[in-house]
Amino acid sequence: MIKKFDKKDEESGSGSNPFQHLEKSAVLQEARIFNETPINPRRCLHILTKIIYLLNQGEHFGTTEATEAFFAMTRLFQSNDQTLRRMCYLTIKEMANISEDVIIVTSSLTKDMTGKEDVYRGPAIRALCRITDTTMLQAIERYMKQAIVDKVPSFILLVYCPMSHCWQSFLFICIQHMVKMSYDVVKRWVNEAQEAASSDNIMVQYHALGLLYHLRKNDRLAVTKMLNKFTKSGLKSPFAYCMLIRIASKLLDETEGGHDSPLFDFIESCLRNKNEMVVYEAASAIVHMPNCTARELAPAVSVLQLFCSSPKAALRYAAVRTLNKVAMKHPSAVTACNLDLENLITDSNRSIATLAITTLLKTGSESSVDRLMKQISSFVSEISDEFKVVVVQAISALCQKYPRKHSVMMNFLSNMLRDDGGFEYKRAIVDCIISIIEENPESKETGLAHLCEFIEDCEHTVLATKILHLLGKEGPRTPQPSKYIRFIFNRVVLESEAVRAAAVSALAKFGAQNDDLLPSVLVLMQRCMMDSDDEVRDRATFYMNVLQQKQKALNAAYIFNGLSVSIPGLEKSLHQYTLEPTEKPFDMKTVPLATTPITEQKTEIAPVATSKLPEKLAPSRQDIYQEQLAAIPDFQGLGPLFKSSEPVQLTEAETEYVVRCVKHTFARHMVFQFDCTNTLNDQLLQKVVVQMEPSESYEVIHHIPAPSLPYSQPGSCYTLVRLPDDDPTAGRNTMGCTMKYLVRDCDPNTGEPDDDGYDDEYVLEDLEVTVADHIQKVLKPNFGAAWEEVGDEFEKEETFALASVRTLDEAVGNIISFLGMQPCERSDKVPENKNSHVLFLAGVFRGGHDVLVRARLALADGVTMQVTVRSGEETVVDVILASVG
Amino acid sequence: FNTEPSLYTVKAVLILDNDGDRLYAKYYDDTYPTVKEQKAFEKNIFNKTHRTDSEIALLEGLTVVYKSNIDLFFYVIGSSHENELMLMAVLNCLFDSLSQMLRKNVERRALLENMEGLFLAVDEIVDGGVILESDPQQVVHRVALRVSSSPLLSSPLRNIQQTLMLLVCQL
Repeated sequence: MIKKFDKKDEESGSGSNPFQHLEKSAVLQEARIFNETPINPRRCLHILTKIIYLLNQGEHFGTTEATEAFFAMTRLFQSNDQTLRRMCYLTIKEMANISEDVIIVTSSLTKDMTGKEDVYRGPAIRALCRITDTTMLQAIERYMKQAIVDKVPSFILLVYCPMSHCWQSFLFICIQHMVKMSYDVVKRWVNEAQEAASSDNIMVQYHALGLLYHLRKNDRLAVTKMLNKFTKSGLKSPFAYCMLIRIASKLLDETEGGHDSPLFDFIESCLRNKNEMVVYEAASAIVHMPNCTARELAPAVSVLQLFCSSPKAALRYAAVRTLNKVAMKHPSAVTACNLDLENLITDSNRSIATLAITTLLKTGSESSVDRLMKQISSFVSEISDEFKVVVVQAISALCQKYPRKHSVMMNFLSNMLRDDGGFEYKRAIVDCIISIIEENPESKETGLAHLCEFIEDCEHTVLATKILHLLGKEGPRTPQPSKYIRFIFNRVVLESEAVRAAAVSALAKFGAQNDDLLPSVLVLMQRCMMDSDDEVRDRATFYMNVLQQKQKALNAAYIFNGLSVSIPGLEKSLHQYTLEPTEKPFDMKTVPLATTPITEQKTEIAPVATSKLPEKLAPSRQDIYQEQLAAIPDFQGLGPLFKSSEPVQLTEAETEYVVRCVKHTFARHMVFQFDCTNTLNDQLLQKVVVQMEPSESYEVIHHIPAPSLPYSQPGSCYTLVRLPDDDPTAGRNTMGCTMKYLVRDCDPNTGEPDDDGYDDEYVLEDLEVTVADHIQKVLKPNFGAAWEEVGDEFEKEETFALASVRTLDEAVGNIISFLGMQPCERSDKVPENKNSHVLFLAGVFRGGHDVLVRARLALADGVTMQVTVRSGEETVVDVILASVG
Repeated sequence: FNTEPSLYTVKAVLILDNDGDRLYAKYYDDTYPTVKEQKAFEKNIFNKTHRTDSEIALLEGLTVVYKSNIDLFFYVIGSSHENELMLMAVLNCLFDSLSQMLRKNVERRALLENMEGLFLAVDEIVDGGVILESDPQQVVHRVALRVSSSPLLSSPLRNIQQTLMLLVCQL
């Protein structure tokens, strides 16, 4: 490397890079001349430059040596050489974090900051800001206060002087430590800043605006006032305009201001600004506003369209990137730009070309897909990973729009999969292929083949395990399952522990599903039992033993369909179990089920700018209810909470009292939680109870009143109901509800209630309990196996005619929402142009009984439906059939 | 998208030579906290940009605007939500200021001989990520105040010397 430099330097015919072979120790040695008198400004300047250069190269300075050099440097303040002084400021800023006792230069800096020399003031203050921390603030606060109180001309100058516009960063620090400053002082700063915002110097204007916003951002009224003032008076600085647009759009967003607000008009008026920077900022602000109509977007889109033909690459990039965003939500709004975008697909900047193509893919017609795909593949290797992800996203969206094009896409994706690329990129491709496989059964085998090839050489454990899981799920059901075994077993031989374990699980699924493969799978399992890793051995041993039993039910329960309980719930139950030793074995049915079953839907592909925030494991809504209910003594002994419904409104929105109900289902009881809000400010309600009148089979056991309900503070009362044990009509019930309470009138202003009250009641809407309230959704990844596992002991079948339903889609949707069960095997999607369809539903009935429903639908005039229900409990089957009828 | 409007616009200013080595680098926030991560980022940025002269790119979730001249590569980096034209204004200001200070001689050797000028110029353009100035005239004016006693004084001389040498060579 050094040789190369020398050679180059020789060619250019001059000395080598003066900084090439700098040694830190030698430079520090040289720094001793700082102590010589008289000071030689030129030499000292050169040495300071070397020090800063070294720091800039990332050279590490120890605290001691840095402090030593720093102290030597302070002597240079004796020189009046301007450049040397400014380099001293820079050195102070660079060394502020590594040297000790930097506070030593405070007085020198404050002297320069209030001195006569114009050129020093700005840099001196900026250097001072850098070395100031909380402990030192007191020391410099004196100077600041002095400066303000004395109205030192130079200080005021400082605020206005265009040469030293850096007062704002100084202010930032003061504001952050406002505790130590009196409010009056801060207020005075605001005034100074406000005057500065009308300054002629455009940068001062920008900084003043930024600072004003920073000071007032928590005071919405003040921000509104500020916006009003500046939008009317107008500003000179384009930077300040951009700032103003951002503040305005943030305020619009927070106040959910309509698009007829003056703020929106202001932003729109900025589209006609002279400066492109401002125009673009305004267009981008409009595009990013939630729920913008196509008409409101139109002016923004048309300026972006103009930018598309700009000679400046940055402007074209900005425009097409923003148009790409518009196309995600409003593809039709962008179609007007299609011609301009077409011109950009051959742009020399590949980022612009990629964005143009992906935008066209969103807005264009099916016929242009092939041509655009060909265009992308010509340069896909040249673009950065971020844009490759953008391309994959566009393809993924296309596949949903034009399912018929999946073979073109699959081909393209498999080529991309073979190219180099980072994790995000590969993950996007794998997710996209998986979603194509799930949407289009006919592409399954090619897709799986591509993925198999990919895991042969895949460095990302997460992707490998994900693909192995998919192979285990889909592979056994393909016409030729045996060809996947080799790919899977290769992983057992070659990969890391996590991948080996996943491969073992996948193998087991092949063994369980395909009897002819079982012997060979068992042989392979035997080998896995000698693995060096615990987890792999454990899994192999477990599957080996299950498989050897050759029982369908065991296979279904332990290999195909995993646990469906909520993991935090399981943890809590197990902990509880270990605390209270009993003879009884742990019962899985006492564990609450997962509220959101692991969906089969494809995962969202990460946005372009990937945020690095770790995912938080928030407690689910049901876990929160569980804790709230467990805290009420009357509800002890009901067992675990089985399911909580979405809130149901029992009043109109704008009535005196607003009541909504959440239905909590337990194994043999239901708890109705009424969240009531009193919207009358001259009343205080007490002892609030909701009286329920269910039909015979339900029995109201207990009411728990809300003790007091002051104006606008929500409160909850509860009603406990026992459910009948073996009544097939138990699935449905309609209950009349009446709210009863004691009213005490009170003063609307003080809220002081009268001493006396009177009883009153308020009739609420009827509350319905449906069969869906008794059933929790559970996903069975392999429905067939689960069907066999439950068995036909309590199977019942009935046929219904759904006269009012016209299409299969509608029928499927109705059945799912009525029964509240989880569709399996993607049977909720009805293929096009079919007259019959089979819907598979799975769920768990309260009390922990598995329920499976198979509904065969046929379309004639209206839809005929044959429902088959299986469960381990006869009553459950009856309840479901009775409720359907 | 609706992040807090703020003055902090620039995440980093970089100048690399045509081997991708760092001549100048200033990072204004903690996106790349260690020297190792910074160098890795610079390497990535250089690999992705040095072959194409296309002004703007999106890398590692950041918007990068850049410009090259002879053997120098100038980069200004901001968040991907930032107004690209603002970053461009900073880049242009930096380049034009240096171009004036170095008498249009924007190349590696001239820059290395005037490092203090570069340090001061960048310090006048961006401070702590806040854009201080976007007008190259102002920047040059402020930095060049010190010409009287600085090595820059000798640069016209040096220029004449170079021209002479060139002439000699051509003869």
